[in-house]
Amino acid sequence: MKKDARFYWNLFFSTLKLSAFTFGGGYVIVPLMQKRFVKELKWIDEDEMLDLVAIGQSAPGPVAVNASIMVGYRMAGVPGAFLTVLGTVLPPLVIITAITFFYMAFRDNQVIRTLFRGMQAGIAAVIADVVINMAAKIIKNRRVLPMIVMLLSFIAASFFDVDIIVILLVSGLLGAYTAFRARGGAEMDSHSNEEEGFE
Amino acid sequence: MTLLRLFWSFFLVGLFSFGGGYAALPLIQEQVVEINSWLTPGEFADILTISQMTPGPISINASSFVGTKIAGIPGAIAATAGCVTPSCIIVLILAALYYRFKGLSMVQGIIRGLRPAVVALIASSGISILLTALFGTAEFPISLSGLDPAALGLFIASLFMLRRFKPDPIFVMLGAGIFGVIIYSI
Repeated sequence: MKKDARFYWNLFFSTLKLSAFTFGGGYVIVPLMQKRFVKELKWIDEDEMLDLVAIGQSAPGPVAVNASIMVGYRMAGVPGAFLTVLGTVLPPLVIITAITFFYMAFRDNQVIRTLFRGMQAGIAAVIADVVINMAAKIIKNRRVLPMIVMLLSFIAASFFDVDIIVILLVSGLLGAYTAFRARGGAEMDSHSNEEEGFE
Repeated sequence: MTLLRLFWSFFLVGLFSFGGGYAALPLIQEQVVEINSWLTPGEFADILTISQMTPGPISINASSFVGTKIAGIPGAIAATAGCVTPSCIIVLILAALYYRFKGLSMVQGIIRGLRPAVVALIASSGISILLTALFGTAEFPISLSGLDPAALGLFIASLFMLRRFKPDPIFVMLGAGIFGVIIYSI
């Protein structure tokens, strides 16, 4: 593929457009990215795209940003990643900045204030709905450790004001340990990993 | 100094929000409401509402909102840059590892281990947002007499709609807002 100005513009503008018109964050934008880069542009094949998304989901930070970094890096290395990050971040940055000025000017207006007050109850319900779905998924798995982690994390955060980062580090280490055990412990050391990679 | 503080706070949000979606919520709340007092709990709930109705990830929306409010457009840019910097570094490292080794099961194991904690943290933030919506404050002690019955009704109705009919959350929130305008003006 020729990497001319048009290619870079296309890479940047594709992510910009996806980001500007996708409501609802990573869960929505990722399938649309697949459609754009796999089906329409045919730049990346389907299996590789799934891996790129999985890696994006494994890293911290917004999934939409991470997936776009992966696509940019895959297409044009580090400069490509910077282009796609810029394309993903610019629309919300511009839109929210504009809304913030509006919000600060109008929040004392009676109608706007009651509108937001009503919507606060709405967003509380949206978050409750998300939490119910996520917790149900963990409980349905019927594994004891995740349920204990969930319960203890909740108590630590809600009643003891334990630092969130501490809770995440502890449960992350626990996850790493169980993943390591599940893979057969010491048998799977870095050597076998390397061999796999050089196939 | 303020710009640096914004950058650093959202750098931490970006660095520790695993799992996408609402995972960033408790971290943003801790940084923005509790540690730095940049937003009141009510304003924090408002940015979540705005975030639901505009494109883009919650953490990017929150960083743009808080940055603009605290230090104008430079603040928005500093906070947003802070939010995506950890992603850029970590994802590029993972990308390089992926193209060399093709194996990421350890990383995925860590993510699986984190998920229950993330759910619990979102629940914990969700409760303070709910208390803010119902009582106007999330600070204990909360007196039952401060309960806003209209907000409680809107919350129950919204949750029922979401569980029963699974509509786009945007419509539920807009509906709650419009009903709020009607109820509170009576």
